[in-house]
Order: sequence, then structure tokens, then C-alpha cells
Amino acid sequence: MAEAPLVVARGLERRYGARRVFRDLSFELDRGGALVVTGPNGSGKTTLLRLLVGLAVPSRGTLEVGVDRAGLGFVGHEPLVYRELTALENLDLFGRLYRVPERRERIGMLLERFGLWDARGERVSAFSRGMTQRLALCRALLHEPALLVLDEPHSALDEQGAQLVDQELAELAGGTTIVVATHEPARLDAFATSRLALGAT
Amino acid sequence: MTGYLAAVAALARKDLRLELRARDTLPAMLLFVLATLVVFHFALPADVGDDPAYGLLWVALVFTSLLGLARAWVPEREAGALDGLVLAPTDRSAIWLGKTIASLAFLGAAEVVALPAFVLFFAPLDAHALAGVVLASVGICAVGSLVSAMAAASRGREVLLPLIFLPLAIPIIVGGVGASISEEPAKFLAFLGLYDAVFAILSWAAFEYVVTE
Repeated sequence: MAEAPLVVARGLERRYGARRVFRDLSFELDRGGALVVTGPNGSGKTTLLRLLVGLAVPSRGTLEVGVDRAGLGFVGHEPLVYRELTALENLDLFGRLYRVPERRERIGMLLERFGLWDARGERVSAFSRGMTQRLALCRALLHEPALLVLDEPHSALDEQGAQLVDQELAELAGGTTIVVATHEPARLDAFATSRLALGAT
Repeated sequence: MTGYLAAVAALARKDLRLELRARDTLPAMLLFVLATLVVFHFALPADVGDDPAYGLLWVALVFTSLLGLARAWVPEREAGALDGLVLAPTDRSAIWLGKTIASLAFLGAAEVVALPAFVLFFAPLDAHALAGVVLASVGICAVGSLVSAMAAASRGREVLLPLIFLPLAIPIIVGGVGASISEEPAKFLAFLGLYDAVFAILSWAAFEYVVTE
């Protein structure tokens, strides 16, 4: 018997007051699949991703996500970290909240992988945008989520950083279910299993 | 339960670390409460007795706490850190409890300076008055952490916080002043204890709805 999809959306609609961001949006995403969400600015990519992780609720329709918060990793437009804590302190805090086993080893490994080990003792407020984005990715991957939701993960990254993200996503693809909103869908061609194009409203 | 308490401890420790590093809140609270007591010292006529002074102590403490509470969620507003906490798989009330404990530590530090200054400028404080300060501080921080989170999520946060918090603080002032000057202070201490219990439970249960849609 085929495994049930991890994400099932039926007739989704989201409004902010009188403004409708999108309507009648339906899609499914299998476990281990990779959904690439595209669309112009204002088409609702960020809103859809916030619905997926539970930071917002649909105005109409149903959205079933087959993982709880412990299985969700999210990189949004903002890094979701404390600017006046160091990279290490931020990851240690979130590692404790997610009860990450062997926390220190996992944090050290991620900082090394994303090229932040040497800056681990620096406050995030002193980081460049690219470094902050890489730290946000470390935070999202810290607890090895089953569903990884990324909102424009290449933004603010130089080509080297962007390639690092591509490489990381390619390694995760197949095992981790991935949803990526992006303006550069071609970067994800290698592992994307489905695509969703949102229109301007 | 151990995991919940560990999360609360990590969140409270984070706030203390941020304050030790930035020194945004505590120095302002200390200066404010001292300045207020000095102003009251010169404003209060010398022949009115001690009772009005106890009332002014509570005015000073409530407004000092308001100063701290107004800044309580500033680090969470920056860089979307609150979304990061809300997404974590810990009970969301742990976020409120961690903030309440940190706010209590800041208010306690301000009181360590304010109470000797009050004794120096105005009148002695007995054990009942001190117990009143402790119980009132718990209530102030429990309610204040919830209300300041509500205010932080709104556009008019600077106005909204005092508008919601001060009416809720009236019972605390009644209990605190009563514990300081009444001949039956136990009655007022029990009232403060009841206020703390009721509002701590309400804030603990309501916090989830404040930080989620």
C-alpha cells in the first residue's frame, strides 16, 4: 500500500483583511519529495510556507501536515535567531528547546559544514547577511527535521554560499521532505519532484 | 516535566545573558526607581506621616516594572526570534514562564536598590511589607509578561502596554499598600497570594493564544 502524502492541501485560501493572497490552492507532497514553489512577489509564497509550518492558519480550506513541530525545520525571511547572542549560544538555545541528542557535536558539525566555526563566538549582529542566512540554515537543520521548509534560502548568499545550500539540499533530498520557495527554481532541478507556481493576485 | 523545566531555564538564562550583555533594561529601571523616590521625597510634605509614603513606594515599583516590561520582548521582535521559539516543540507556556522569571530577576534587582532607598528617605519596612513586595512582584511579572507579549505583537505597543497593565495592577497596589499599613496585613498578603495564583494560571494558559494566530 502506498504511503500517505506528508502534506495535503485542499482548497486553501488565505486573506489579510480584504486582500486575498491566494485561493483554491490544492496540492500534495509525498514523504521524501521536494516541492519548489515559485511566483512573483506578493503571490503568497511566504504566506503558504508560514501556513505549512503552523505560523499562520488558512482562511478557508484544509491543510494536513503529517509531522509535529519537532519534525519541522523552517528558514523564513528573517533568521529567527537572537541578534545579541553568538552563533554558538543561539544554536545551543534552540538545541535545548528541540532536545537535540548529542547537541554539542551536532552544533559543531553544522557550524563546520556551513563555514561558521571560526565565527561561532561572534554575536549575530556582527554577521553579514550571508553569514546570518547560513546560521538560519544551521538552526533549521539542527534537529534533523522530517519536513524542511525554506523561504528563498539563496537570498543574501554569494555564489559559494548558494552552492553550499544546493549541495546540502541535494544530500537531504529523498530522505527529508523539502519545500522551497525560490526565484531561482533552476538551482533545484536536480532533486525537485514537484512544482507549484503561484500567480500574482 | 524535566524537559519543560529545562526549556524554561534555558529561556530565562538567555534573557539574563542578553541583559548582562546589552544592559538595556536593568540600569534604566534602577535609575528610574531611584529618581522617582528622590522626586517623591521632595514632593511629599514632611508632616503627612508615613502612610502616604507607602503608597508612593508602590507607585514607584509598578512604574519601574512597567519600564522593564516595555522592553521585555524587544529581543524576540528582532530577527523573528519569537517565531523561532513558537516553532520549537516545547510547550509555549515555557516561553512565558522563562520571560516571567527573567522579569522577576530584573524587578528584584531594582527592589534591592529601591527598598533601602525608601527606608533611607521615608519610613521603615517591616516583614509584612517585604512579603507584600515579594508577592506583588510575582503577580506584576506574571501578568506583565503576558500583557507585554500582547502589546509587542501590536502596532501601538507603547500605548497598549500601560493601558492594559495598569488596570490589572490595581489589585496588586491595593494588596501591597494594605500589607504595608494595615493592622491586618495577613489578609492583604493572602489576597496577593490569591491574585498571583489566579493570574499566573490564567497567563500560563492564555500565552499560547497570544503568540499564535
